[in-house]
Amino acid sequence: MSGGSYYVPASSKWPILAGLAVGLFMIGTGIVLVFDTGMVLLPIGAAAIVTVMALWFRDVIRESRRGLYDAQMDRSFRWGMGWFIFSEVMFFLAFFGALFYVRVFALPWLDGEGAKGVSALLWPDFVASWPLMNPPDTNVVGPEAVVSPWQLPLVNTLFLVASSITLTLSHEAFKEGYRDTARNCLAITVLLGVLFLIVQGIEYYEAYHHLGITLQAGIYGSTFFLLTGFHGAHVTIGAIILAVMLWRIQKGHFSAHNHFGFEAAAWYWHFVDVVWIGLFIFVYVF
Amino acid sequence: MAPQSPPKATLEHSQSASGSATADGFQEEHHYRSGPLRWLLTTNHKEIGSLYLIFSLAMFMIGGAMALVIRLELFQPGLQMIQPEFFNQMTTMHGLIMVFGAVMPGFVGLANWMIPLQIGAPDMALPRLNNFSFWLLPIAFTLLLSTLLMPGGGPNFGWTFYAPLSTTYAPPSTTFFIFALHMAGISSILGAINIIATILNLRAPGMRLMDMTLFVWTWLITAFLLIAVMPVLAGVITMMLLDINFGTSFFNAAGGGDPVLFQHLFWFFGHPEVYIMILPAFGIVSVIIPTFARKRLFGYASMVYATAAIAILSFLVWAHHMFAVGLPLVAELFFMYTTLLIAVPTGVKVFNWITTLFRGEITFETPMLFALAFVVLFTIGGFSGLMLAIAPADFQYHDTYFVVAHFHYVLVPGAVFSIMAAVYYWLPKWTGHYPDERLGRWHFWLSVIGVNLLFFPMHFAGLAGMPRRIPDYALQFADFNMASSIGGFLFGFSQLLFIWVVVKCVRGGVKAPANAWDGATDLEWTVPSPAPLHTFETPPDLRDFKFH
Repeated sequence: MSGGSYYVPASSKWPILAGLAVGLFMIGTGIVLVFDTGMVLLPIGAAAIVTVMALWFRDVIRESRRGLYDAQMDRSFRWGMGWFIFSEVMFFLAFFGALFYVRVFALPWLDGEGAKGVSALLWPDFVASWPLMNPPDTNVVGPEAVVSPWQLPLVNTLFLVASSITLTLSHEAFKEGYRDTARNCLAITVLLGVLFLIVQGIEYYEAYHHLGITLQAGIYGSTFFLLTGFHGAHVTIGAIILAVMLWRIQKGHFSAHNHFGFEAAAWYWHFVDVVWIGLFIFVYVF
Repeated sequence: MAPQSPPKATLEHSQSASGSATADGFQEEHHYRSGPLRWLLTTNHKEIGSLYLIFSLAMFMIGGAMALVIRLELFQPGLQMIQPEFFNQMTTMHGLIMVFGAVMPGFVGLANWMIPLQIGAPDMALPRLNNFSFWLLPIAFTLLLSTLLMPGGGPNFGWTFYAPLSTTYAPPSTTFFIFALHMAGISSILGAINIIATILNLRAPGMRLMDMTLFVWTWLITAFLLIAVMPVLAGVITMMLLDINFGTSFFNAAGGGDPVLFQHLFWFFGHPEVYIMILPAFGIVSVIIPTFARKRLFGYASMVYATAAIAILSFLVWAHHMFAVGLPLVAELFFMYTTLLIAVPTGVKVFNWITTLFRGEITFETPMLFALAFVVLFTIGGFSGLMLAIAPADFQYHDTYFVVAHFHYVLVPGAVFSIMAAVYYWLPKWTGHYPDERLGRWHFWLSVIGVNLLFFPMHFAGLAGMPRRIPDYALQFADFNMASSIGGFLFGFSQLLFIWVVVKCVRGGVKAPANAWDGATDLEWTVPSPAPLHTFETPPDLRDFKFH
């Protein structure tokens, strides 16, 4: 434990502004979805969130560089980031749980299997399969084909696994004092992340326009886009965070012993990578 | 047992530290704003704790007013006052506001105030994040309440918002309800992260985990539950959002989804959520009873392990809310047995509270009255929970007023009474004055009579078959409902007395010394009353401190 230098920041305007920004963004999105009266608040809210986050983090970086943070503060950040990632794990677990529930229970039951197969009476002609190409109700048009895991998704898997390796190389290099190597490896990591997103964009285009996989294409399309979409959003956020870290390395913010911002970004990136492995196996391959 | 005299060094230190700024060249950090901006921008755990508590009280009154609208309509059979559509909005909003707006923020407010004081920390680990967590709540609940004014009305599908009622058949405002809940969820997750980081990292030197008060322990475990399940809630409402606005089929069997999937996801969040609302109550009662019995808490370690056991079991019992939905037999049995198992650690707790009282030098100040009422009335709620846990019997009780009676017994004379006990217990520390004991007792007795008159007849109405969430009912339930409504109004209006006691105490009263209660031994009683804005800026040395 420390000798009493724990840094308690003075009052700050960023937290409440962040709250207002999130509120604006949510209300703006709601207005677009519910009342369809145009995008006004949504972009303002989004811009406000980005701006406030940047300014809030700027304060934190300044305080850190002024040496106000001791080892105990560092541990608070570590606990904070660790538990935040745990909350993200649980978020994805809900989506994976939905996928497994539908595949293992809901669809076979709709097909008449097991003690609860009485629900087969709803659509007697329904045949369960996964990927579900023919949803129970004919009003829902299922996909025409599925994404082959061994083409674009495999490429993306290689990109993300490689990016985790380059990121680890970057971190190890940084700890050994090879700042330029660290920077280069991190730049490659960000590049791989961007390549991943481009490939996913191509894949989505293919899915929507050639394979008939849409959000409306029954439960297969729903789970496909839910899982890959939220993962893609996390890759985007992770890549932005890593890009900020690249900029901070360039500015000489970190030392070989004190660079938790970088480490936190790396934790997040590895987490996103692990989620992708789960996706690759359970959404694409099996 | 004589009250333990606080270690001198700690006391002197916290007094001297309260006034002077540290001379490290950053005096501006210790310059405090005045006026309303101070409250908007604060990073101080005590101020944020007060904000949470005030917010919680405001939501308690709003949610309570909605409950009175419900009880007014149910006073007599027939449709008297309001339309069924509005009745449904009232039951929904009442539940949402009480759960997410009153009880949870109430406990978070107590955590903010008391955890740093009980572990000898200068503040919460991440003070700015703390402010963010709080201010998301008023924004979220303003948005939630505003849905009542939107075309089509507010959410009307019950606080559990089961699909397809909340998707296919929901009013347009449901999208805003989802966003409001997202914000409340973010607030809870960040608040919980802050609490865990504080407890694990900011304990004063010499305080081991097993030295912490039960309040801190229960909050540590509650925070873990929050981080584990609030994201699942975020996931399920996101899927609702997509079903409503983007044509996905998660909860729609026509596309291969399943409405029952909603219930599984919701209750995977929902059951731990129930314990999120009761574990801190256990902690509060476990610090109040030893104080007024003037004895050490009986079975400290078993209390900690029981809390952890309840938390772990809470992840394995969720489908007991769904016995009547059509689960496979093996699931009915599994969830029945795991649910019944929870009675074991809960029984350990009740046993320990009673054994703590045994041969104690008991006095009955207001906080103790509420704590004792908690033990008795929460246990009634626990027993009716055991009845509901038995799957074959639940087929009879399911969705009746028996369920309403059960969860209101654990939430109102359970969670809410514990918050009131905590407020009476710690008001001297917060304000420097004792709350008015005579008015406090009036408040207690009116509340205890009102709450039992309100909820006890619901058991009978439910066993006789009265369904929940209906604005009208068959004539044979008339007497039970009239009694409940009278009890509801008695309980509801008694809370004005509570507000009066709190306001009076803030404004003045009998001065409280540092250790306000004769038998109190925890660390917060070593700092002056009222606690200065900054305490433990240098961690107290607790190596010689006598813990519980």
